[in-house]
Amino acid sequence: MKPFTYERATSPAQAAAMLAARPGARVIAGGTNLLDLMKLQIEAPAHLVDVNGIGLDRIEPIGAGGLLIGATVRNTDLAAHELVRQRYGVLTRALVAGASGQLRNRATTAGNLMQRTRCPYFYGTAMACNKREPGSGCDAREGVSTHLAILGTSAACIATHPSDMAVAMRALDAVVHVTGTYGERRIPIADFHRLPGDTPEIETDLRPGEIITAVELPAPLGGRHVYRKVRERASYAFATVSVALVAHIDGSRVAIERLAFGGLAAKPWRLEAAEQRGFGAPRDVARDAATVALQSARPTALNAYKVELAQRALHAALIDAQEQTR
Amino acid sequence: MTTDVPGPKLSRREFNKTMVVGAAASAGSSWMAFAETSPADAQATSVNAMDVVFNVNGQTRRLLVDPRTTLLDALREHLGLTGTKKGCDHGQCGACTAIVDGKRINTCLSLAVMHEGSEVTTIEGLGSVDDLHPMQAAFIAHDGYQCGYCTPGQILSAVATLQEIGAGIPSAATVDVAQPPAATAEEIRERMSGNLCRCAAYPNIIAAITHVQKGRG
Repeated sequence: MKPFTYERATSPAQAAAMLAARPGARVIAGGTNLLDLMKLQIEAPAHLVDVNGIGLDRIEPIGAGGLLIGATVRNTDLAAHELVRQRYGVLTRALVAGASGQLRNRATTAGNLMQRTRCPYFYGTAMACNKREPGSGCDAREGVSTHLAILGTSAACIATHPSDMAVAMRALDAVVHVTGTYGERRIPIADFHRLPGDTPEIETDLRPGEIITAVELPAPLGGRHVYRKVRERASYAFATVSVALVAHIDGSRVAIERLAFGGLAAKPWRLEAAEQRGFGAPRDVARDAATVALQSARPTALNAYKVELAQRALHAALIDAQEQTR
Repeated sequence: MTTDVPGPKLSRREFNKTMVVGAAASAGSSWMAFAETSPADAQATSVNAMDVVFNVNGQTRRLLVDPRTTLLDALREHLGLTGTKKGCDHGQCGACTAIVDGKRINTCLSLAVMHEGSEVTTIEGLGSVDDLHPMQAAFIAHDGYQCGYCTPGQILSAVATLQEIGAGIPSAATVDVAQPPAATAEEIRERMSGNLCRCAAYPNIIAAITHVQKGRG
């Protein structure tokens, strides 16, 4: 790691002030992604502001049946929270589909949203990557793009966002609360992550000096909650394709209430056009939804398989919903 | 030319017993001589060096560290607790697993300065040669290792896995996340996926953990 200085903040306002005061400063909470990248010198902050002690580690019910999740709530604690398990099952299932037990014990809610891509060309410092080094080019396009994006890509970047949690939060219409030296604001998760365009190095709507304080979940939707993750091994791997689904069941027929895909784009890919279109057989519902979702897909030769895999994963998720006993 | 290897000759099983308890059999005094010229001293002179105090295996330890020092390196290089292993150093293998403030974490992906006031349990604090923790005894009884390098991390993770199931924390193997998880082999396998074993001793590791879980009733 490159040398850096380190200080602990004691309140959100102080953390934001500390960030604004030091160019090149970064927030550290769990550290599970940032320290990995610092060891590889892909990230080299001059200063770290530790936000573990700023009092954002609680989960609180809010008006109208929603939930306010503090920025430093650990992934394990969020997944295991009674109200999340009972009312937002898709979120619990997405969280436990990610990483390992050790990492989930440390990784935080805000850190999970802020994590960087696992594109091998972002990690491979000998390769050209516009996200790591703006203007250097993208070696992924002509390289091993097997795991990379098929939706919302640009000439500059085909990286995916690696989070499982964010895909479930997108299906649930979560709202990200942030604070900065210029005050507080709320960002719908739909607008939080950005598509690459010409500036893939800008990954979120967060402004310099702003920190995430909480994520708000609206009132529960009911229905059956499924998170189906397809990956190259049974556990502890990033998604090739994942499906966050809230569905309703009527006998042998299913209806999509909410649907978002992971592993296909630089942000969770919500599919509002396929929601609330009525009941049908799982195979038909999956085919119709995937047709809508994937008509704008622009895969490479190596990841064209994701188009069919996304449809099959959705079909499997709809069957999972049917087979849930509650 | 022949080279004499000093020290006692150990069978594989005897050597691995030392891995299971994290003891370097004959390194006690020579370690301290090494420690005096270790990176610990070099880092203490860093312009950014910081004081940090945490508790390791029941003892309060005060360290002066460069902020770059991971908790793993603080344990191994500063405190001489080499039972906690460095495998990948990137949170992918689990060899560095320790229990910090009651939770298992990858010590390679945490800075020592982030652990002011923490309570850390390493393999050296779990049990001793004369008084093994039940999980250590079960790994020996079930031959839950071959080379032994991943074993301390496996054992700490296994102890925490049973605690997590007992606390009702769900996993990807939990069929109904609204209900408390059951301590099935599927649950144990899923929860241990952050600990890799290149010798592939997995069946015996699962057998050892299951043995301890059943012993609890």
